Amino acid sequence: MDIFSSLAEQLINGLRTGSIYALIALGYTMVYGIAKMINFAHGDIIMVGAYLLFLLGVGKLGLPTPVVILLAIILCAVLGMLIEKIAYKPLRNAPPLAVLITAIGVSYFLQNFVLISMGATPIPFASMIKVPSLTLGTITVSGITLATLVVTFVCMAGLIFFVQRTKTGAAMRAVSEDRGAAELMGINVNKTISLTFAIGSGLAAVAGLLFISQYESLQPTLGALPGIKAFVAAVLGGIGSIPGAIAGGIILGIIESLTKAYISTQLSDAISFSVLVLVLLIRPAGIMGKMKNEKV
Amino acid sequence: MPILEVTGLGISFGGLRAVDDLNMTIEKGSLVGLIGPNGAGKTTVFNMLTGVYRPTDGGIRLDGENLIGKKPDEISAAGIARTFQNIRLFSKMTVLDNVKVGLHNHIKYPLFGSLFHAGSYAKKEKEMDEKALEILKVFDLDSNSDLKAANLPYGKQRKLEIARALATAPKLLLLDEPAAGMNPNETAELMETIQLVREKFGVTILLIEHDMKLVSGICEYIYVLNFGRELAQGTPKEVLNNQEVITAYLGE
Amino acid sequence: MKRKLISKKNIISVAIIAVLYILIQVLINGGYLSRQMMSVIIPLCYNVIMAVSLSLIVGVLGELSLGHAAFMSIGAYSSALFTTKFELPEFIALPLALIIGGLCAAALGFIIGIPVLRLKGDYLAIVTLGFGEIIKSIFNFLPITGGSKGLSGIPIYTSYRNFGLVFLITAVIVLLIKNLLDSRHGRVFAAIRDNSIAAQATGIPVGTYKTMAFVIAAFFAGIAGVLYAHNVGILKPGNFDYNMSIEILVMVVLGGMGSIGGSIIAAVILTLLPELLRSFADYRMLLYAIVLIALMLFNNSSLKKKLIEKRQMSRQEKSEKEGE
Repeated sequence: MDIFSSLAEQLINGLRTGSIYALIALGYTMVYGIAKMINFAHGDIIMVGAYLLFLLGVGKLGLPTPVVILLAIILCAVLGMLIEKIAYKPLRNAPPLAVLITAIGVSYFLQNFVLISMGATPIPFASMIKVPSLTLGTITVSGITLATLVVTFVCMAGLIFFVQRTKTGAAMRAVSEDRGAAELMGINVNKTISLTFAIGSGLAAVAGLLFISQYESLQPTLGALPGIKAFVAAVLGGIGSIPGAIAGGIILGIIESLTKAYISTQLSDAISFSVLVLVLLIRPAGIMGKMKNEKV
Repeated sequence: MPILEVTGLGISFGGLRAVDDLNMTIEKGSLVGLIGPNGAGKTTVFNMLTGVYRPTDGGIRLDGENLIGKKPDEISAAGIARTFQNIRLFSKMTVLDNVKVGLHNHIKYPLFGSLFHAGSYAKKEKEMDEKALEILKVFDLDSNSDLKAANLPYGKQRKLEIARALATAPKLLLLDEPAAGMNPNETAELMETIQLVREKFGVTILLIEHDMKLVSGICEYIYVLNFGRELAQGTPKEVLNNQEVITAYLGE
Repeated sequence: MKRKLISKKNIISVAIIAVLYILIQVLINGGYLSRQMMSVIIPLCYNVIMAVSLSLIVGVLGELSLGHAAFMSIGAYSSALFTTKFELPEFIALPLALIIGGLCAAALGFIIGIPVLRLKGDYLAIVTLGFGEIIKSIFNFLPITGGSKGLSGIPIYTSYRNFGLVFLITAVIVLLIKNLLDSRHGRVFAAIRDNSIAAQATGIPVGTYKTMAFVIAAFFAGIAGVLYAHNVGILKPGNFDYNMSIEILVMVVLGGMGSIGGSIIAAVILTLLPELLRSFADYRMLLYAIVLIALMLFNNSSLKKKLIEKRQMSRQEKSEKEGE
């Protein structure tokens, strides 16, 4: 295989991983924008989503695939809302660190709940996405990659349309800009925050589907790594910014895939994080983030 | 001899010209007022003088020393101290410790002393305590020295901010609306304290107020700012009788 | 306002430390401790050091750091490399190892200090987390540190047999940090936390002092790493991941931000808790998670505020009665 097609293949791989990161990063960034908190448990929603796909489908209930996917998304959205209501809402005026620790607690809770009920041994779970691969000249693009790219594109386009063009989306933007003022304008802040968690968690379920289709193995800690990576992507792009999360995710995915292919697998995390540190040193609020200066 | 010379000072935020071509000369030991309607750019001037904002153009000299490009802590070391319009105390620390932070650069001992409480630690800490209490006494705050700053009543918080500023031994003290939120009695008392501070600490004072009557009571000289430009300057009497100033304040 | 070198406070601290020391020694030598408990005695000490040093950054300086384990790993690896390569007698090797571990960690603290000058809040948190992961990957990659197989054959200098020395080191570090808080440097850290704009206007070079706090905290965390390395005898990069940093952060937060005593108590409880809950096996982490969430919710609830108010009221009444 010539250098060009190997590079092209790595770029496509990177795009695939990156778009999964982007999907998860959207959840982080939306919640951060609106609730001003890092939802550390977000990665574990991906894990719950993956287990739900298994249990609703081949693992237990054996429902048809489209129903399984839809149900998993809905259940994850409900879980997200529930977590917000029980664990985060009472802390809305608490110091940010208290909220962060609570989110870490929720993350531990989800992981260990699944660990107890499903066991620690990895469960093999064959991909639910069955799309034929595509060959363009010397480059072969796998079916999962194709599906991943299409699904993430549709999700992102849908989300951007929703946030920019609908009334509810406008309410979300208003709450993220100034919660107090939005409340005075008659926007139901609680409902908006709740909805944000629902959307973010629903997207996490989709990411769970794509992620598990690639790795084909279930484990209670499977959400941790993509969770952290997506968090880095969100910060890289400028946390709170939707286009930033998308750009950050894709950039991170491509960097990772290129370093794994051409430099070192072991150093790929180090390189990703180094890029993050460098970007933040040059642009302290991320690529597309807005710097907020305290008024003196 | 002037302590502060401001020449052609201006700053733009994006397209907005917040302050334009401001010239000020403040004599050593004087008490000068900077007044103007809301949004005239008074606090922006303070922020430029203390290095929070870097002016787009113009010069600032303190005792002949150029201050442009210096950071806030370097400007504090050069001899300008300030208070803030929206009080900024070290709210979880005690009243005494707030003032002792002001003394940090004046009564020193090395990190070794801090870690081991050895060497000159005890002696210097005692010196700091005494000095801080002496400053607090001027503001009648010495009896509250062990209280958390956040638990002080509002009026006393404003005074503590001035006390902390004075602890840095400034040549020039900038007070940003020191009487904001006070009732007339408290205000009158504060104005007396400010005059006392000038005599006792030998410091030059520039203060922002938008209540003109207040300032004219104690200031020898007044600058009036409107829309970022100097509208008038002079003695309180001259300024109060200036037709443009009256129009700016009362409208047409 | 009395300030004496041998103040009442210091005498009390020394007394508490002495009593604790004697108590634990009696427990160890009298054979009252199970083997399991013996094995957590040293971890107890280095976790206390970790919690207290992180408290300096998070509680006192007010900056969120999610990479404290990285400092510990640098201390652990650098000292372990030194002791395994040079094979000096223990009484020379251990003190040198402590200094080397501390200094290497402090050097990293200085490097991390650079982004600290520019970043705030959540951005700083993710960068510290990133630094931790970078260090971990580098240890994983370098041949000299044994890669993912780990660095083994480290001499065991700090087992429970050497508890006296480890306890002494821990006590000294705790005292030094306590001292620091009650000094001109410690005051400046707290001032930066409370209001960094005002601190700068008061003449404090905020960046310098933030870096200083990171360097000091890193130095002590490095020493904790030395104790760790020479207790377990084998180092694996995976041991120092962000979960460990978070565990220490939880100690600091549960202990009550900025309270040294609180951090120590939380570190002790959280180190012992998994051991005590061992009979619950699988459920212990779930329990831990629930306790964590419940505590955070309680800490910030109106119920707690009411309880505090009630206590203050009754106190006030009491003092009024006494005054009569």
